[in-house]
Amino acid sequence: MAESSFNGGVHPVYNKEATSTLAIVKMPLPQKVVVPMQQHIGAPCELLADVEEIGKGCEVKAGQKLGDNKGFVSAPVHAPISGTVADIAPYNHPLGMKIKAVTIESDGRDEWAENVKPAGRLEDLSPEDIRKIVREAGIVGLGGATFPAHVKLSPPEDKPIDVVIINGAECEPYLTADHRVMLEKSEEIIFGLKAMMKALNASEGIIGVEDNKPDAMKLMERLVAEEESIRVCSLPTKYPQGAEKMLISVTTGRVVPAGALPMEVGVVNHNVGTAVAITQAIKEGKPLVGRVMTVTGSGVSKPANIQVRLGTLASEVLEYCGGISDSTLKLVVGGPMMGLAQPSADIPVIKGTSGILALTDEDVYLAESSPCIRCAKCVTVCPMNLMPTSISQAAEHGDYKRAEKLYALDCFECGCCSFICPSKIPLVQWIRIGKNEIMKRKNK
Amino acid sequence: MVINGKLIVSSSPHIRSAESVQSVMVDVLIALFPAALMAVLLFGYRALLTMIVAVVSAMLVEAVWRRKRDIFSDGSAAVTGLLLALTLPAAAPWWLVIIGSASAIIIGKQVFGGIGYNIFNPALVGRAILVVSWGGHMAGDIWSSPQPFAFGFDVATVTGATVLAAPEMAVTFSLPELFIGNIAGSLGETSALALLIGGIWLVYKGHIDYRIPGGFIGTVFVMGVFFGGGFYGNIFTTGLFHIFAGGVMIGAIYMATDFVTTPVTPAGRLIFGIGCGLITMLIRLWGTLPEGVTFAILLMNAVTPIIDNFTIPQQFGGVKKSA
Repeated sequence: MAESSFNGGVHPVYNKEATSTLAIVKMPLPQKVVVPMQQHIGAPCELLADVEEIGKGCEVKAGQKLGDNKGFVSAPVHAPISGTVADIAPYNHPLGMKIKAVTIESDGRDEWAENVKPAGRLEDLSPEDIRKIVREAGIVGLGGATFPAHVKLSPPEDKPIDVVIINGAECEPYLTADHRVMLEKSEEIIFGLKAMMKALNASEGIIGVEDNKPDAMKLMERLVAEEESIRVCSLPTKYPQGAEKMLISVTTGRVVPAGALPMEVGVVNHNVGTAVAITQAIKEGKPLVGRVMTVTGSGVSKPANIQVRLGTLASEVLEYCGGISDSTLKLVVGGPMMGLAQPSADIPVIKGTSGILALTDEDVYLAESSPCIRCAKCVTVCPMNLMPTSISQAAEHGDYKRAEKLYALDCFECGCCSFICPSKIPLVQWIRIGKNEIMKRKNK
Repeated sequence: MVINGKLIVSSSPHIRSAESVQSVMVDVLIALFPAALMAVLLFGYRALLTMIVAVVSAMLVEAVWRRKRDIFSDGSAAVTGLLLALTLPAAAPWWLVIIGSASAIIIGKQVFGGIGYNIFNPALVGRAILVVSWGGHMAGDIWSSPQPFAFGFDVATVTGATVLAAPEMAVTFSLPELFIGNIAGSLGETSALALLIGGIWLVYKGHIDYRIPGGFIGTVFVMGVFFGGGFYGNIFTTGLFHIFAGGVMIGAIYMATDFVTTPVTPAGRLIFGIGCGLITMLIRLWGTLPEGVTFAILLMNAVTPIIDNFTIPQQFGGVKKSA
């Protein structure tokens, strides 16, 4: 039975049918990959000296570390394929800027670095070992937020964690990668969860799945039937169910205080893909060099859930999926609610790329915005209980003090308000501007 | 294949709900259909004429003011016109209807900058102007009485006192009669049943918040019970009398829920509804006018920004700052 829901939220047309029943396909090794030095939240990686010195022409193996940063909140990046470094220069990044990246041309052999080997049995690993493996593997939150995973596994001593939640909500429309991962890599998810519970000394594991994925839920329930400390939680299908704070509130009843992290209430959240990556790092010694993502939208000829090596260019991924139609209006990396629109497909797949969407006018709604009619639908749907229209107006008028007083900084930009607005006002955009200005003033 | 330069880059979200201002306004018109139908059944062809004149003149005035050829546009002028018509007596002359519609659109809405910027409910501004300017036509004690299913009758010939104006008259009508609406009054206010059907549908569609009509009607009932004097049977039936008589139902469901002129916060909406009910009953019980709905809502419209400011909801996970 579904747990009680959170306040607010919306029910967009999910458009998951095109890919939800398609098994994950492995894309053939790309000829070339582009590996940005920043694929996570936190300090950017610096290119390792051995690669930097040789520069172009440097031979690298798959899984070899390319960049790292000594900072705690950071995650190293690795070569996704074996081959030769062709270039080290800023390259288009899905975040909308150019970021230093290593271009590797494949030698077609896919040879793995020597240090890629199993880490041993989970029973023999200490919590510290697990944290180290996760860090060295460069694992970050694969749901899209790309927060370094080892940081979440290292809570301060005064904040004990008792619950680890695996996020299988996948509440973003169009995306089905997590759904397929749950169906096809279910054992690895549970192993990854156990590893995280061990690293955190947590007593309870929860796998949260939205009830529009009954097959995944049944499978998970069967697999954890014998496990005393792990339960599957059915989540009502509603966007943004997969948002950290909503997920925690629905699965555990705990409310993360405003401005605080989940560890404040003894909870850590990880995406299903992250759990799989942790399992692969422990069992095979493989760092995070690939991921599963959904390529879909009305503009894609052959929608698919595909497993790709990181650094593969979006243009090649789209080519592999039959190309995109001329009627494509928007190319989005991520889901349609929170993803980033791209000016071109000449961008690499990075750790946080959960999907690539080619949206046509069948998908996107392009309309001029009209004045706010104060219908308050945005207030009703805001999962954070904010007043989006008032914050947006304050930001529009440059009154950032008022925006802050209206709790602008608590907005996590889920997009429910812009989605529901009958006047089609870009509320999130204004709120983002407001948040930015508030932070600028704070950091002064 | 890559279509550089043709792709649209804009802020997320990239999908939007299909709902528009126009679709919401059409929903409101649909919700008013039962009340409009009831008006024609009770008051005949004059009701139909009044509604058509009000709606068409409201749309025309708005189109001319905005210099736009799109007469229906976002549909808000049609809603204003229809709402105004439903508050008019069946015998209202055509020029009165047109003046009311024009005042509603121009003074009620457009002088403030158009939809979204007006402070007062446009339909009620129009009605208030008619009440104070042509009181004889609008606010008298004598209103047209309905002749159910007599489509062609002359409304001017059959009149009766409104139940609010004369308590001794009120007791001659039973509660079910008040609920169905077979009593003297304005076109749309008499049938609580028809108004309720549309209201339930609007709540279901998520267009109106139950807090406003709930607070409004609840307050009218409570005040009717305790201060109504129990003249209508007992104190509870007197409470019910105050809900079903006059403009409370149409005001609470359709006027006090106007998006633009009412609070956006949940708590603010409840306060707004209670305030409307309170002022309505103050006027009814102790004021000189028999009915107070129009001015109650207009007064509360004026304090809407203040209510919003004092009822900013606590954010998720937030703690009340101790004062």
